[in-house]
Amino acid sequence: MAWFRKERKPRVPRRERLEIPPDAWEKCEACGHTDIREKFARNLNVCPECDYHRRIRAVEYVNILLDENWEETEEDLKSADPLGFPEYSARLKKAQTNAGDTDAILTATGAVGGLPVNLGVMDFAFMGGSMGSVVGEKIARAGQRSLERKQPFLIVSASGGARMQEGVLSLMQMAKASAILSQLAERRIPYVSILTNPTTGGVSASYAMLGDAILAEPGAVIGFAGPRVIKQTLGQDLPEGFQTAEFLVEHGMLDAVVHRRDLKATVGQLLRHMTGKPAAALTAP
Amino acid sequence: MATASLDFEKPLVELERRIDELRRLADDRELDVQNELAPLERRLTELRSEIYRNLTPLQRVQVARSARRPFTQDYIDRCFTDWIELHGDRQYRDDGAIVAGWARLDGESVMVIGHQRGRDTKENLRRNFGMPYPEGYRKALRLMKLAEKFQVPIVTFIDTPGAYPGIGAEERGQSEAIARNLVEMAGLQVPIVATVIGEGGSGGALALGVADRVLMLENAVYSVISVEGCAAILWKDGKSPEMREKAARALRITAPDLYELRVVDEVIPEPAGGAHADHEVTAKNVREALLKQIDELRRLKPEKLVRRRREKFLKMGRFVG
Repeated sequence: MAWFRKERKPRVPRRERLEIPPDAWEKCEACGHTDIREKFARNLNVCPECDYHRRIRAVEYVNILLDENWEETEEDLKSADPLGFPEYSARLKKAQTNAGDTDAILTATGAVGGLPVNLGVMDFAFMGGSMGSVVGEKIARAGQRSLERKQPFLIVSASGGARMQEGVLSLMQMAKASAILSQLAERRIPYVSILTNPTTGGVSASYAMLGDAILAEPGAVIGFAGPRVIKQTLGQDLPEGFQTAEFLVEHGMLDAVVHRRDLKATVGQLLRHMTGKPAAALTAP
Repeated sequence: MATASLDFEKPLVELERRIDELRRLADDRELDVQNELAPLERRLTELRSEIYRNLTPLQRVQVARSARRPFTQDYIDRCFTDWIELHGDRQYRDDGAIVAGWARLDGESVMVIGHQRGRDTKENLRRNFGMPYPEGYRKALRLMKLAEKFQVPIVTFIDTPGAYPGIGAEERGQSEAIARNLVEMAGLQVPIVATVIGEGGSGGALALGVADRVLMLENAVYSVISVEGCAAILWKDGKSPEMREKAARALRITAPDLYELRVVDEVIPEPAGGAHADHEVTAKNVREALLKQIDELRRLKPEKLVRRRREKFLKMGRFVG
């Protein structure tokens, strides 16, 4: 028996070994860069090549912003069809099947770098992040919790505006959110608003623009009227980069444009300043 | 004087023309036509009531938008005394789409703020069809703060297709201006009464509408989106009367609808034939409603007033769970 006989492995053709299943690849919608899906995911769904911030789900933002062991709140609230609006019930059912049960906002309680907060994250996947009675109620309840516990309040917005299938009740959610924010302001409880792509209409014209700090992700479209409406009204093309986060910073409407990977640290830093806490080790010189 | 002009008012037009003719004839020839005139006028009143009792939601939109309807300035002239207009946001410019100033209601000072539309092209250019820029909302907020400083009630009139969607408006922060008004109004320590007198168009209307009492004229409308916009987005047809009517019905934008949804606290009746048929009577109804509401609100301590206002809006919305 030979002591040093080489163990024969079945030969694997080189090409086959390198082959990655075709559905593991993803292409950046902005620059066309193609990469392994995992690489996009590891990069928080920001294109490794051009920094394009892809749209992500609400729960992903919660994971990005909050420390482990956060808890979802207001889970039991569901949209009704208060006006009996044509096709609304069916659309709701479809949205619940496709996007889940949290409606267009997920609320949670947790901590940012050890600092307890209450958070709401809108989800564009649920009927375009439209704001109806449930969105307003969840914001009111999460805000109320912030008020009672004296904990900062955060909202990540992603919305085309009010949900027209709930008519004027949707419009009133703007006032409702403002009623809770005015109380937070009165008690000096910080509220940070984070704007993602897109934040327009009734959402931008209420809580999105009322943060003690307002941050936005790069490239996010932010505005009162959607670009299509303005184009239609004016009958002319809009300037390059109009209504992007960068445009808004330039015009003094936002505090900063922040890369997704820096969101948590930036929010933490701001909250520490506003609540009189010492700097986190991360941001200390 | 002829007051009818909308398509569904056609039966009135003919009758009004005959009454006018008869009157002119009587004047010219110094005839007594009272016997002929009386039945015609009776018939006109009946017909007006009949038509206005059965208005569809879309017809109410037409009435609400009519240029013959009383505007904010018409109410200022008829319901108040001692008016002095104030201008400008102290930051950028004076926005003609919002008028504001001191006035007296039954002798007591109030701050009046309202959207102002125009009746002709020239006036509409100045008023931008009642569609404010951010500076309009900032003027409104500046003067609401002034009212608070001197502990004077605020009376607002809502009458706008919406906040203006344009490049300058976006650059100067239309969203922020509206949002700021909402949050500030939610905390102002003086009574606020808002009245929707014509079209209450979305956020641009609500920016004057976070009030202790929200009143609405019988034929006014208040909506999250225009019927045209809604029909265009949902059914790809914002032009045809059928789809606009469908949207107007679905959105529940009329005063009785909003009263039932508890968004509006009181519906102010309009004379037969609508507010445009008789500005005097309409203004009298509005004035009475304002007096009653402000009188009630004045009795509340500021903290209680603000708490109740917040609670009122925090209760709005309908959901399961």
